[in-house]
Amino acid sequence: MLRLEKRPNPSQFWLFATPVVAVILTMFFGGLLFASMGTNPFTVIKTIFWDPVFGEFAFYLRGQLLVKAGPLILIALGLSLGFRAGIWNIGAEGQYIIGAICGAAVGLAFYPTESRLIFIPMIAAGLLGGWAWAMIPAILKTRFNTNEILVSLMLVYVAETILAKAATGFLKNPEGMGFPGSRNFSSYPAAANPELIAGSGLHWGGVAAIVIGGLAYVLLARHIIGFQIKLSGQAPRAARFHGVSPNRLVVLCMGISGALAGLAGMFEVTGPAGQITIDFNVGYGFTAIIVAFLGRLNPVGIILAGLIMALTYVGGEMASTNLGLPSAAIQVFQGMLLFFLLGVDVLTNYRIRMAGGK
Amino acid sequence: MLRRTLLASAALGLGLMAATSSLAAGMDKVKACFVYIGPIGDGGWTYQHHQGALAVQAAYGDKVEIAFQENVPESADAERVLTTMALGGCNIIFTTSFGYMDATNAIAAKFPDVKFEHATGFKRDSANVSTYNARFYEGRAVQGLIAGRMTKSNKIGYIGSFPIPEVIMGINSYYLNAKAVNPAVELSVVWAFTWFDPAKEADAAKALIDQGVDVIASHTDSTAPLAEAAKTNGAVIGFGQASDMSEYKDGPRVSSIIDNWAPYYVKRVGALLDGTYEQADAWEGIAGGEVEIGEITALVPAEVKAEAEALRDAIAAGTYHPFTGPINKQDGSAWLAAGATAPDGDLLGMGFFVEGIVGDIPQ
Amino acid sequence: MDFGSINPAVLIASLMVASVPIMLAALGELVAERAGVLNLGVEGMMIMGAVCGFIITIQTESAFAGFVGGALGGAVLSLFFAFLTQVLLANQVATGLALTMFGLGMSSLMGQGFNGLKPVQTPIVPLGPLADIPFFGRVLFAHDAMVYFSIAMAGLLWWVLKSTRIGLILRAVGESHEAAHALGYKVIRIRCAAIAFGGAMAGLGGAYVSLVRVPQWVDGITAGAGWIALAIVVFAAWKPWRVLIGAYLFGGITVLQLNLQVAGSWIPVEYLSMSPYLITILVLVIMSSGKGRAHNAPAALGQNFHASR
Repeated sequence: MLRLEKRPNPSQFWLFATPVVAVILTMFFGGLLFASMGTNPFTVIKTIFWDPVFGEFAFYLRGQLLVKAGPLILIALGLSLGFRAGIWNIGAEGQYIIGAICGAAVGLAFYPTESRLIFIPMIAAGLLGGWAWAMIPAILKTRFNTNEILVSLMLVYVAETILAKAATGFLKNPEGMGFPGSRNFSSYPAAANPELIAGSGLHWGGVAAIVIGGLAYVLLARHIIGFQIKLSGQAPRAARFHGVSPNRLVVLCMGISGALAGLAGMFEVTGPAGQITIDFNVGYGFTAIIVAFLGRLNPVGIILAGLIMALTYVGGEMASTNLGLPSAAIQVFQGMLLFFLLGVDVLTNYRIRMAGGK
Repeated sequence: MLRRTLLASAALGLGLMAATSSLAAGMDKVKACFVYIGPIGDGGWTYQHHQGALAVQAAYGDKVEIAFQENVPESADAERVLTTMALGGCNIIFTTSFGYMDATNAIAAKFPDVKFEHATGFKRDSANVSTYNARFYEGRAVQGLIAGRMTKSNKIGYIGSFPIPEVIMGINSYYLNAKAVNPAVELSVVWAFTWFDPAKEADAAKALIDQGVDVIASHTDSTAPLAEAAKTNGAVIGFGQASDMSEYKDGPRVSSIIDNWAPYYVKRVGALLDGTYEQADAWEGIAGGEVEIGEITALVPAEVKAEAEALRDAIAAGTYHPFTGPINKQDGSAWLAAGATAPDGDLLGMGFFVEGIVGDIPQ
Repeated sequence: MDFGSINPAVLIASLMVASVPIMLAALGELVAERAGVLNLGVEGMMIMGAVCGFIITIQTESAFAGFVGGALGGAVLSLFFAFLTQVLLANQVATGLALTMFGLGMSSLMGQGFNGLKPVQTPIVPLGPLADIPFFGRVLFAHDAMVYFSIAMAGLLWWVLKSTRIGLILRAVGESHEAAHALGYKVIRIRCAAIAFGGAMAGLGGAYVSLVRVPQWVDGITAGAGWIALAIVVFAAWKPWRVLIGAYLFGGITVLQLNLQVAGSWIPVEYLSMSPYLITILVLVIMSSGKGRAHNAPAALGQNFHASR
C-alpha cells in the first residue's frame, strides 16, 4: 500500500519537474485518444506542442500565444490575490465584459478624434468599469454578508445581456447598416490597441500583464498588504488579531481583480478583437481561474501557466484544422493536461512511501 | 499566379504559402476551408454548413481537399484561424457567421491570392472577398401563410434570438404573409437572447403555448420548440429551422426552412477549379436552391398545402415578393407604396416591425 | 403589469418542470459541499449525464434505463475529480473547472452519431382522477416521475442531513475534517462517496434535459445549467429545502419573464431577460442581511484533507 507523507518543505526539484512529468503523461494518454480516433498520435502531439513555437508558421503563432495568454494572465493575476485571501470572485468574465464596454464606449464617444490621448481615459474607463462591476458583490458581501460566489457569477449573465444590448443598441456602429456590432477599432487608430512590434503579437495588454505580474510579486513578497492577504487565507482568526479588516480586504481584492479583468477586456476589445459584438467574450474570465491555480497563485507561475494554456489553445486549433480532429477531442486533451498538471503536483509537497506499520 | 503568391507572401514577411499547382486558367486541386461558429453536432446552423462542405467533397472528389475548424469565437481567435488557414495552403475560405466579417476582410487584405467567402455580411473591402447569404425571409413567407391558415386561436408565435436585421426581417415576413390570408391573426414575439440554449428555447415555446399560441416559428437553433409542441398532442404546430428536423414529421413539424448551402459551395469551388471564379455578392433564395421548403406534412389540409406551394413557386419564379406594398412601419409611417417591393438595402438593415405587430424591438 | 392572459396554474406547472435539472444538480452539489468538497465541475457532470442518458435511452428504448445511465455517467466522471482531489490532493477549484472542460469535450465525442434522434417519451405519472382537480390537478398531479423524484430528494436530504447518523457524519466531515478524523471517520472515503452522489445527481439533471426538457442530443445541450446549480447551492445556504425554493424561484422567474414577453409587458425585454439573475441576487441579499449571522458555508469547504498520522 502506498501512502503520502508530507514534506517539511516543498521539493525544489519536483516544483520544476512536475509540469514536465504532467506533459509527458498527457502526451501518452492523449496519444492513445488520438490513435483511437484514427490519427497519428505523434503528428498530433507535435502539432500541438512543437509547431506553434518552432514549426513552419511559428513566426506568426508565437505572437498569437501572447495574444491569447495576455488576458488570461492579467485576469488570473488579479484573481490570485483574492483566492489567496479566501475571497471567491468567480465572475471575472462579467467584469471583463463591462470593462470592455466602458473602455470602448469612451473611445467611441470621441469618434473620430485623432488625438492619441484618448487612449488614457479609455484605459481608465476599462479599469473603472471592471472595478465597479466587482464592487457590487464586494459591497453586498461587506454590507449584507451576501455570498460573493453567487453574486459575481450571476452578474456574468447580466453583463452578457448588457453586452448584447451594447452590440445591438447603444454602441452599434451607425454606419453598420443596422447590423449588430460596434465600430471597429482597427479603423480608428487613435483609440486602438495595436501590435507594438509587427508580428510579435505584443500589445499594451501584454505589456500590462508583465508589469502587473512584477507589481503583484512585489506586493505579495514585500508589502504589508501582501502579508495580510496571505495571512487571511491561511489563518483568518490570526489575521483579525493582527488588525486586518476582513471587509477592507474584500473590497481591495475584489476591486483589484475586477479592475484587472476590466483592463483585460478593454485591451482585448480595442486590439485583437477590434469591436464589441454580441459574443465578444470567449470565457477568459473562467479559464483564468484555472490559470491562477495552475500557477499556484504565484505571479511567475501564473505567467507560465497562461502561456501553457495559450499553447494548448493555439496548438489544439492547428491540430484540429490541419488534421481534421473534432474540436471536442482537443477539449478532452486540454482537460487531461489540466488533470495531470494538478494531480502530479502532489509530488511537490508530498513524497510517496510504502506504508509500513500503519 | 504561383509566383505572385510567393512574392506577395514574402513581401508581407509571412513566409511561403504551400505551393499549389495553380494555373492562370484554373486549378488542378483546390483546398477549401470552412470556419464554423459552433460544433458540427449543433444540429442546425453549423451542421448545415458542414453538409455543404461535404457536398463539395462529394462533387469533386480528389480535386478538392476540405478542412474546417469548429467552435471559432467571433473574436481575435477568428483572425488567427483565418491566418493559419491561409498560411496552410487553403485556396478558398468560407467564414460562416456574421461576426467574422471584420476578421475576414482584415486577413483577406493580407492574402490577396486566397479567396474569402463571408456568409451573411456586407463588407467586401478587397477584391478577393465575396459575400453570400440566403433569403430566409422567403421561406418565412411560406411559413406565415401556413401559420395564418392553420391557426385556430388566431395567435401565432415567433421565438427570436437577438434583435438583428436578419431576425426582424423573418418576423416581418412571417407576420405579413400570415395576415394576408388571415386578417385576424396576432403575433407574439419572444426574445430568447441566445442562439442556442435548448432548455430556454423550450421554456419560450411553452410560454407561447400556455398563452394560447398554436403555431410557433423559431429563429434559434435547436429542436426544443418542436419537442415542446409535440407535448400538446397535435394542438400546436411548428416548423423546422435551419435543418429539416424531420424527426418531428409525424408530430408538430408541418414544414421547415432548410439552409442548403451546398449549391453555392459547389458552384464557387467549381468556379475556382475551372478558372471562372469572380468576386460575388450572392443573396439567393428559394430560386437558387439555398432556401428549401421542407415537405409539408399531411397535418396541413390539401388546399392550404397547394396554396403554400403556389406561394413558394411564385417566389421562386419572381412573380411574388414577400414584401410587397402597401406596407407601413409599426409606428404608422409609410414604408412601401402600393405595388412597390422592398429594396434589398432596406431588408438587410431592417430595424423596425411592420404595422400590426405589437411589442417593441429591444434597442 | 398585465397578468391577464397568464394562467397561474399553468405557470406553476411549467416552472416545476423547468427547475428539475438545476434542482437535482444543486441537491447533489449540496451534499458534496456539506462534506467539505467544492466541485465546480457540475456543468461537466451534467452534460455527461445528458449524453449517457440519451445514448442509453436510444439503445434500450427505456427512459428509466436512460436516467440510470445518466446518473452513472455523471458519477463516473465525478470519480476523476474524487481521485484527483481526495487522493492526489489537487486543488478543488481548478480541478472542478478542468472537469467541466473535459466533460464538455467528452460528451461531444460520445454523442457523435446521436444527433437528430428522438428518444422515447418519459411518461406522465398516471394519477387518475387527481389530475382532474381544478388548479391543483394541473399544478401537482400531471408531471413525470422525475419532478416528484426531485421534490422527494429535497425532502429526503433534508431529513438525512438533519436527523440521521449519516447526515451527522457528513456534516462533521465538512465542518472539521481533523475532528472527524480524530473521531475515527474515514474522511476521504466519505468525501468520495459524497462526490459520487453529487455526480450522479448532476447526471440525472443532465439526463432530464436531454430526455425530457429538450428530448434530443446536441453538443452543449445543458448550456450553463450547471453554473446556475452551483449558485443555487450558495443561495440555499447549504439547506436542501432552500435549494427547492431557489430552484423554483430561478426557474419560475425564467418562465415568468418569457410569459410576460408573450403577454406584451411594458418592461423592456432586456430587463426581463436579466431578471432571473437580478432577482436571485436581490432575494439572497434580503435573506442574508436580516439575521446578521455568517453565511453558514461548511467550514472546511474547498480544503483538502491529508491525515498526517
